[in-house]
Amino acid sequence: MSAVISSANTEPPAAEPLRTFAPRSLWASAWRRLIRGWNGRVGLFLVTIITLIAVVTPIVDPYDPRLDSEPALSRKPPSLEHPFGNDFIGRDIFRRVMHGARYSLVVALSTIVIGTVLSTAIGMIAGYFGGWVDTLIQRVAELMQAFPSIPLAIAIVAIAGPSLFNTVLAITIVSIPGGMRVARAMTLTLRTRDYVEAARSLGASDLHLLWRHILPNLLSYVIVGATLGVGGVILNAAALGFLGLGAQPPTPEWGVMVSDAVKFVRQAPHMILFPGLAIMFTVLGFNLLGDGLRDALDPSLSGTY
Amino acid sequence: MSDRAPGRTFMATYIVRRILIVIPTLFAVSILSFAFVRLIPGDPATVMLGERARPADVEKFKEQMGLNQPLYVQYIRYMEQVLQGNLGTSIVTRVPVIDQLAYRLPATIEAIFFALLIGILVGVVTGIVAALNRNTLIDTIANLIALTGVSIPIFWLALIMIYFFAVNLKIVPPGGRIAADITVDRITGFYLIDTLLMGRLDYFGSAIRHMILPAVVLSTTVMPQIMRLTRASMLEVLRADYIRTARAKGLRQGSVIFKHTLRNALLPVITVIGLQIGSLLGGAILTENAFSWTGMGSWFYGAISARDYPVLQTAIMFNAIIFVVMTMLVDISYAFIDPRIRYK
Repeated sequence: MSAVISSANTEPPAAEPLRTFAPRSLWASAWRRLIRGWNGRVGLFLVTIITLIAVVTPIVDPYDPRLDSEPALSRKPPSLEHPFGNDFIGRDIFRRVMHGARYSLVVALSTIVIGTVLSTAIGMIAGYFGGWVDTLIQRVAELMQAFPSIPLAIAIVAIAGPSLFNTVLAITIVSIPGGMRVARAMTLTLRTRDYVEAARSLGASDLHLLWRHILPNLLSYVIVGATLGVGGVILNAAALGFLGLGAQPPTPEWGVMVSDAVKFVRQAPHMILFPGLAIMFTVLGFNLLGDGLRDALDPSLSGTY
Repeated sequence: MSDRAPGRTFMATYIVRRILIVIPTLFAVSILSFAFVRLIPGDPATVMLGERARPADVEKFKEQMGLNQPLYVQYIRYMEQVLQGNLGTSIVTRVPVIDQLAYRLPATIEAIFFALLIGILVGVVTGIVAALNRNTLIDTIANLIALTGVSIPIFWLALIMIYFFAVNLKIVPPGGRIAADITVDRITGFYLIDTLLMGRLDYFGSAIRHMILPAVVLSTTVMPQIMRLTRASMLEVLRADYIRTARAKGLRQGSVIFKHTLRNALLPVITVIGLQIGSLLGGAILTENAFSWTGMGSWFYGAISARDYPVLQTAIMFNAIIFVVMTMLVDISYAFIDPRIRYK
């Protein structure tokens, strides 16, 4: 179907030369579309703010969480001096929330980058080569998806031991099958396109075809998928921290901070409020950005044009 | 008339095939839960019995599970035990794991069921409203609520809700499955059914009141996806030719929406429900403890911090089993609703 259409389109009218566009125009116009939509703009704003906090805080405020405690201020509600209040051993919650930003971002970034590269590569291999390679990869993915992601991540961390590094490991492993399926499905349709066939008939190697002709066409989906995945990763990492399997106290990680506050729901609700809001706005920022990116890179998916 | 019989055969074939697919998956689940205990650093017997186990018990366990024999023998021994309902003994409570499971499984299924019910009702309705008011303020607000919903950490939402609705406003109880002075007969393990079987409406009411907060919180794991998908699929169907035909015939808006659009738009929504069961199970682990809900989730949660590996092993295995079985049921019901599936 699409082959018929594209072959009809590639036949240029007699005199007019085939027009080409500079490759950057795709990204430039995507950028314009991104900041035109409200979701992309708000998302970009939130993500920028949180990234700035994550980068700047450790520079302007060197902090050793092990040395931080002031029993006299234990569970004090928010005040001018301590805008988010103090926690159960009198630590300033505002300060800890600011320092928490970098843990969330580092976990999210490393997980998403490793997970996306692996899942895209595996998905492309499965979709491109087909046969037993595809069958094997598909079966393994199905088995992994037979486990709900949080219990699976918990099992992995229970084996590997609780730490921030193992959180990254567990969430990365859990995230691979989903992205892999998308990459595989896209590769399946892309590999039969005329331009891929043409390049193959000119003697291009498999690696060349995958790298030069299939990957570039996957890229916008991969970027959108990765951005939309960041939110889920931050939530899962915070959940593992909350369960005591991720970052360990006294690390000012947001999930750990909520978990510290559980015993004080009644007496000191502010202890719970702020770290949770920090998680929510960070995840919301990435989700809005992903939404905006999807609209910008593939308007047909948004259903709002 | 003549094509009805093959349709039915296809349907039967489809269902049988879908059930058969579950078998290798369950086999893999059993392998992984077998491997789990052996992957944890340390001697499996000590892992399963705890550091303070008596040497005699450790020896007995090694003998029973064939720990000195090759792995495949160990696996067969393990499966023998599992199929006989011997899932080990909790390191912490010294109670057989199977007894706790029988008590905790219905609690979680009950909570998940109500969460799904709320999630579907609210999600589908807001999805329809958003689609019918596409690109208006209503649509934007609905979208923003859905986006916020997926962005909220559920363990945090549970605590916030408890603070507002139970501690501050006192309109719902802060935790537990039923008022503390009520003893429910153990019939099915589902409190909402057992209280009715006991013929006590007041007990039933208490169980419902305790259910509201956990179910609402848990429902936020599925609601946004259901809402967004309902909206997208409504928009898709509204563009279809037969809708234009229905409108051209002069049918009223209500009739077009409910008879022509909704039925077709809800098909993909059923699939997403199947996919979301995993999130519900994950959500249960993260919230049940806050609500003192004595289900699989709080059991799992407690076992993590106590390093209660026999419980952890069983909880992981049953999370996967619930997930596999529920996904299968969703697939089969999908085939009943959408005739196209049967012929694939």
